[in-house]
Amino acid sequence: MNVLPSAPVIPLMIGGEPQAIGPIELAGLPDLHQAEDRAWAVLHQVLDPEVPALSVCDLGIVREVRYDAGRGELSVWLTPTYSGCPATEAIEAAVREALHAAGFQRVKTELRRAPAWTTDWITAEGRAKLKAYGIAPPAHLNAAPDGSVPIRIVRRSPQESVACPRCESGDTERLSAFGTTACKSLWRCRACREPFEHFKPI
Amino acid sequence: MTSITLKPSAEVRYVLRLADAALILSQRLSEWCGHAPVLEEDIALTNMALDLVGQSRALLTHAGQLHARAGGPSYDEDQWAFLREERDFFNPTICELPNSADDAAHVRSRPGDFAFTVLRNLMVATWLKQAWTRLAQSTDPEIAAIAAKALKEARYHQQHNGDWVVRLGDGTEESRARMQRALQRLWPYVSELFEDDAIDEAAAAAGLGPRSSELREAWDAEITAVLAEATMSVPGQSPFRSTGRRGVHSEHMGYLLAEMQSLQRAHPGTVW
Repeated sequence: MNVLPSAPVIPLMIGGEPQAIGPIELAGLPDLHQAEDRAWAVLHQVLDPEVPALSVCDLGIVREVRYDAGRGELSVWLTPTYSGCPATEAIEAAVREALHAAGFQRVKTELRRAPAWTTDWITAEGRAKLKAYGIAPPAHLNAAPDGSVPIRIVRRSPQESVACPRCESGDTERLSAFGTTACKSLWRCRACREPFEHFKPI
Repeated sequence: MTSITLKPSAEVRYVLRLADAALILSQRLSEWCGHAPVLEEDIALTNMALDLVGQSRALLTHAGQLHARAGGPSYDEDQWAFLREERDFFNPTICELPNSADDAAHVRSRPGDFAFTVLRNLMVATWLKQAWTRLAQSTDPEIAAIAAKALKEARYHQQHNGDWVVRLGDGTEESRARMQRALQRLWPYVSELFEDDAIDEAAAAAGLGPRSSELREAWDAEITAVLAEATMSVPGQSPFRSTGRRGVHSEHMGYLLAEMQSLQRAHPGTVW
């Protein structure tokens, strides 16, 4: 499934220069790690359609990339962020499209549900990009070894503070537990009075 | 379009009970889209509906594989959702009740009553959270993976709806009266969530998941704590027993399915 028909000749990007090569040359790459490294480089350019500040790698949803030199097939394992995230299918398609454009003729994407995605997998670079984009990055979870997180069923005090991504003030308040996408909540800064989104830690 | 038929399989039934709980509650919550009292809650209810439909899609897809293993066709998620007859849905009745503490009011003003909606969400999220916690240890790796993801979502749903139950229960005279009515309406449907049958025994024996009754203690403790915070008390036991998980539904289920399935029944195989 998910294998698109291969085209006879595909431009392959090496050192920024497109070169036309056929499938046999690609399958015969000297080092399959080289193919995988190249695939990772491509994936770093594939953006999340709903949070376009982040690449799928920044988001931590690319779990594994494997190149089968014998079959000339690249397999990419992705993990969904939320069960109902409507972007999951769009991301799979974008990943395949970008890899095809980069010269990988046979690309297979698969969903890997376990272990479940956590915002702890968003990279340091990803967090910096989120903040620059105006989205407060998620705090790191104090997860127990089994992944469980302490939670209060009824909160006595308001949510812990989230720093404003624009002015750094901690004087902020949550406006809405849910936001424009499943992964975000909506906040406002009392200091600079700007509203902002927060990437919910899960 | 012809309905699909089910091979008898305890495994498939066990998974469908969960998948249908998520699917049918999601369908009810989607009725709020564009109608919630405030924009923030409109977004909240539809986001929760989205999480639930995602959970049910994963479980229904897996049910298709289990069904094939039991010697039947490997139905896909759409076939399960859109081409099953009412008697082949196994959600607990509480999930299919209209968003209203009284049926007549529901007919007059759809989408209905917000107090009822958040209280039911709290009850079901608390129940699902207990179920997902145990199912994350399932011997079936796919179910364990789905549960580990869904658990995080159920926690957030429980917290959000719990906040509202406290705010409304411990709120004004009006909000408290409406939360009280919702509690009276919903409580008789709680027993069904924790009743064991042969399907539970088979699942427990196979290590697939817990018996329904094993979730009761933790559920009671958490719900009692929230209701106490909301200055409300737990109603007495009701002799009434709902039977949705056996496929015998309330009078509301047929209307819900008619709406949910009409497009695929009229235009089979239609896709986005």
